[in-house]
Parts: sequence; structure tokens; C-alpha cells
Amino acid sequence: MSHVVQLEDIHKTYESGEVPVLAVRGVTLTIAGGEFVAIMGASGSGKSTLMNLLGCLDRPTRGRYLLGGTDVSNLDRNELADLRNQKLGFIFQGFNLLSRTTALENVELPMLYGRRHFSTREVRERARQSLDIVGLSNRADHFPSQLSGGQQQRVAIARALINEPQILLADEPTGNLDSKTSVEIMGVFQKLNAQGITVVMVTHELDIAHYCKRNLIMRDGRLVSDTPVVDRLVATEQMQRIVTAETDAKLIA
Amino acid sequence: MRFINVIKVALRALRRSAMRSILTALGIIIGVAAVIAMVSIGNGAKSQVEASIASLGQNIISVFPGSATTGGMHGGWGSASSLTVDEALSIRREISGIVAVSPEMRDRQQVLANGLNWNSSVNGEDVTYLDIRLWTIAEGEMFTEADVNSAAKVCVIGQTVVAKLFPDGDPVGRSLRIRNLPFKVVGVLKAKGFNYFGSDQDDVVIIPYTSHLKRIARRPNLNSIIIQAESPDQMTRIQQDVTDFLQQRRNGRDPDFTVRNQQELAEAATATTKTMTVLLGAIAGVSLIVGGIGIMNIMLVSVTERTREIGIRLAVGAHGRDVLTQFLVEAIILSVMGGTLGILLGVGSSQLISRLNGWPVLISTSAIFGAVAFSAAIGVFFGFYPARKAAQLDPIEALRYE
Ligand SMILES: Nc1ncnc2c1ncn2[C@@H]1O[C@H](COP(=O)(O)OP(=O)(O)OP(=O)(O)O)[C@@H](O)[C@H]1O
Ligand SMILES: [Mg+2]
Repeated sequence: MSHVVQLEDIHKTYESGEVPVLAVRGVTLTIAGGEFVAIMGASGSGKSTLMNLLGCLDRPTRGRYLLGGTDVSNLDRNELADLRNQKLGFIFQGFNLLSRTTALENVELPMLYGRRHFSTREVRERARQSLDIVGLSNRADHFPSQLSGGQQQRVAIARALINEPQILLADEPTGNLDSKTSVEIMGVFQKLNAQGITVVMVTHELDIAHYCKRNLIMRDGRLVSDTPVVDRLVATEQMQRIVTAETDAKLIA
Repeated sequence: MRFINVIKVALRALRRSAMRSILTALGIIIGVAAVIAMVSIGNGAKSQVEASIASLGQNIISVFPGSATTGGMHGGWGSASSLTVDEALSIRREISGIVAVSPEMRDRQQVLANGLNWNSSVNGEDVTYLDIRLWTIAEGEMFTEADVNSAAKVCVIGQTVVAKLFPDGDPVGRSLRIRNLPFKVVGVLKAKGFNYFGSDQDDVVIIPYTSHLKRIARRPNLNSIIIQAESPDQMTRIQQDVTDFLQQRRNGRDPDFTVRNQQELAEAATATTKTMTVLLGAIAGVSLIVGGIGIMNIMLVSVTERTREIGIRLAVGAHGRDVLTQFLVEAIILSVMGGTLGILLGVGSSQLISRLNGWPVLISTSAIFGAVAFSAAIGVFFGFYPARKAAQLDPIEALRYE
């Protein structure tokens, strides 16, 4: 399959402080369509920085980034915005939902800024479908403050999905979720990946990385390991197991 | 982004902080209402002055004795009055384009009837006087030219005099006494109300000028000559002709008379109210600007407060321009909404003031349009800076903002 992401010697240096921080120093990486990649590494190793670069939210200090064949470094602010809107779905570490705005309206957001114009009806319809995919259509009218962490994460996923992106980028999507909810979220990702969407995610947890197809490890701004996952976990099976375990626990108690 | 969506997004944002939006708009509401109320009151006062000037009669030129002093309308009043009846009649004869001339003699006198007495203005006039002043008789009739020629002891009286001296009504045919001379009431005038200077125009006893000069004032000279021109565009010419004519009669002596036309009087009178209107409007305008600054302040706070929101919008694909228009539209909606409510409040309070104080109030459409245009402009002007600030944010920086 064709390479959707191609990084060539990417560097990112933060100059904001007194000492420049070399957050990413020389990452070369290709990701093909349909892959499911987990990026791991210690805190501060540059994972989020790399994700922001992949998501076209930030520009590399040095190096070349080809997204679906086009060189991103030559694009201006608005062209990058259009890329984020059309090709990429980004799920932030801290959800980043609009507060005091319903789940449905949050999901609609990227559609409002799209190139194509949809009627209010269509937008509503698509947002509902998107919420359906993450199993949250019954909470469409709830505000983020009325939703649990896992539900908010799913709203964020639905928002990332609404414009049918080719690549889904998730920065620690299970970072502050309990293990059961984490498995649920991984189930959603596996389902989407099975439909052909390329997924790249950051995680701290080894067992979560086992749901992916390929694991990358970063250290001090560099990629130090790139391995395929052999004994891949399937979320639906794991879910079954957790449910059984829970019922057993209740029987004993 | 489609414009309808921009408006929708802006409305959502405003609704999310409804209380703050209302308080922000309040500045504009009060400003616009104040402008409209002030200008309406000012215009009402102006129109009333204009109406009372118009009620003096149309196309009137007045000649007063004494030379003009700047701004004074009766400069040198009380100095030996030099205008004569003969001059008045000559003007009528010699100068073209004149409809009517009334030699005038005014005096305040004690007037008695029915054992009651009342100090009233006793005016000696010609028969044409009522036509010149656009005044009509309510009962009886005006004295005649024969009465003028014979200096008859007849009079027509105003409503105030009727009320004071003939409280039980029906004065026509009865007599009143001025300086102990009996004058027969031949007619009663329709009510005319107060004039611009605040004096009661109905407190008047009108007698033939000949009778006044001969029996009351007992001197040959007039207080003034009232001239009515055929049309407004002849006023200046007639004014000049009258001046030349009187000057010629005085053989080059210093002019001891003043010729005024009504236009000047009207202008002098409306100038004051115009100044008042402008002043009131300006004060109200200042409050509008203060309201605008309130909007800017809130929008700036809002940009800082909503930095994360802006970051999220940029991250999911909003262009800088989308964010700019959103904030701009929010500011404009605030100010236009405030403007609309301000109009309602302004018109309402004008009516209320008019009802409570009996002041004439003239709602000015130009003030309404002006206030709306101004409030929209305030929205754009004071909304632009915060909006641009928001639009230029870097998505990742904005998201990182706490
Ligand atoms: N805006 C910034 N300005 C300066 N330095 C930064 C900035 N953002 C990140 N860094 C630095 O860059 C390095 C990499 O940060 P990054 O957020 O990519 O780490 P991470 O791998 O995502 O860590 P974590 O697992 O804790 O999220 C860190 O040393 C961090 O301090
Ligand atoms: Mg991180």
C-alpha cells in the first residue's frame, strides 16, 4: 500500500526558553495506509511534539514531511487548516471539547469549517452517525460536563471522524481512563482501522499498545525501536473476559 | 465557512454567556436610547418654536423705532418713537408686493368691566391685523374700516380677557372701560395660546390704532409697523425698499428705525434650540462611545478567556478569517441588538417624557438611523481589534493556554 505518512529527518526545537529544547531530533518514518501504530516512550521523549507535527498543528524546524505525497512544509496557514479539516482526525490528550456546547454540536464543529457546504440537516445527520459509531448517540444533547471521561473521549473521537479522515491521530486516548473503558476505546479504533483508516496513537501502557499492529518507541526525541505486534489483542475478546471477570467477582462477593 | 454558520456560531457563543451579553449590550442600549430621546426632545422643542414663530403670521416684516443693536430686537425701545401713521400708509401705497400693513400701538392698561378689573395688553391695530396674524374671530366680528377712520371706541378681545372680565360669558355687545373710556366689545378672538417668548397671546384687547393713538396713548407715533409680503421670495426686496424709503424720509439722518423680517426672528429663535439639541445629542453620543468601549472590553476578555476554544476551532480546520468573522459578528450582533433595544427604549421613553411633562417630542428618523448605523459601526470598530487578536493565534499555542 502507498505511504500516507513520510517523515524525513524531522527536527523540532523549542526556542521559547533560555535553553533551546531539542524535542524531536531526526525522526525518519514511513507509515502506510491501513496501519495501526502505537508510539511509546518516557515522559518528555517527544511523543506529543511528534504527534503535533504529524497532525499539521505545528511545523518542524527541519526535515521533510510528506502527507499523502504532498510536502506539507510548503503549505500556508490556511492550507494546513484545510488538511487538518479534511484528511486528519486529531484526538487530543485532554479531549479539548468546547464546554457548554452539546456533544452533537462538538461533533459538528469540523463540518462547519469544511470546504464543502452542507445544509444544517446534513450536518446534524452526519454528526449523529458519527456519534453512533462510537456508541454515544443517546447522549447527543449532553454537555461535556455531564459526560464521563470515557464518554468525552468518544465525543472527541466522533468529532475526529466526522469528515471521514484518512488518518486518525490520537495522543494518549486512554491516558485518563480506567482499563475497561480503555479497552472499549481500543475496540472503536480497531473497528475503524478494519474499515481502512490509518491510526497512529501515543500510549504509555504496554498492554494498550498490544491492540495495535506496530509499536514505535521514542527516547530523547529519536525513534529507538520499531517492531510489529505479534500476539495482537482483540478488543471484543478482551471485553468479554473483563465482563466475565466482573460477574464472577460479584458471585463470589 | 458559510455566513449563516458564522451567525449561528456567534449566536451560540453569545447565548452561552447570556447574562454577560445582556450587560454588555446595556451600554449600547442606554447610549442609543439616550441619543434618540435627547434628539427627539430637542427636535420637539425646535418644532414648537417654529410653530409659534409661524403663528405670528406669514411673510411678516416688522419696522421698529430705534436703531438696531446687535441681537436686540427692540433696540432703542422707549427712545422717542419716530414711526408715524403717515409713514405706514405711505409704505402701503408706494412699495409693491405688499398684501397688508398694520400700524401698531401697544400698551398695557387697566381694563374694567362688570366691576372686575384686569391689566391687559391693549393693542391698536388696523382691520387687516387679524389676517396678517392668521387669527380669526370666534364670536361677533372684527371692527371695520369705518371704525378705524372714525377712531371708534370698539374692541375685540382675547379669551383670557373674556375669562377675567366676563366670567359668565357673552361679552359681545357689552362694554369695558379703558382709561375710563367705554369701549364696546364687537368680537371675541379664537384662543391662540402662548407665544415663543412665553406671553399669553389671548390676554389682549384689540382696538383701532387710530383710537389708541387718539384716546389712550395720546401721541402721534407708533410702536411698530407690521407689513405682510405677498410671497417669501419678495421679503428681502421689500425689506430693502422699506429701509430705503424710511431713510429717504429722514434726509440722511442716522437711521432711528429697524426693519426686521420674520426669517431672522425665526432663525434667532431656532438657533438656541438647535444648540440645545446638538448639545444633548453630543452628551448622549459620548455615552454611546462608552458603550462601545464596553463591548471592546468584553470582547477582549472573551478572546483571552476563550483562547482554548479558538485553539480547538483552529485545530479542526477553521481559518483565521473564520475566527475573525466569528468574533466580529459577535460584537456586531451585540451592538445591533443593543441598538434595536435602544431604539425601543428611546422611543418609549420619549413618549413617556412627552406624556408626563407635556413636552412636545418629535421622534427623528434620522436619529434612529444614525444610532443604528453608529452602533453597528461601534461593533465593527471595537470588535475588530479583539477579533484580529483571536484570528492570529497559533493553534498549538492556543490549545496549550490555561
Ligand atoms: N511549547 C514548548 N516549549 C518548550 N519546550 C517544550 C514545549 N513543548 C514541549 N516541550 C519540551 O519538549 C520535550 C518533549 O515534550 P513532549 O510534550 O513532546 O513530550 P511527551 O513525550 O509527549 O511527554 P508526555 O508523555 O509527558 O506527554 C519536553 O522536554 C518538553 O519539556
Ligand atoms: Mg505528551
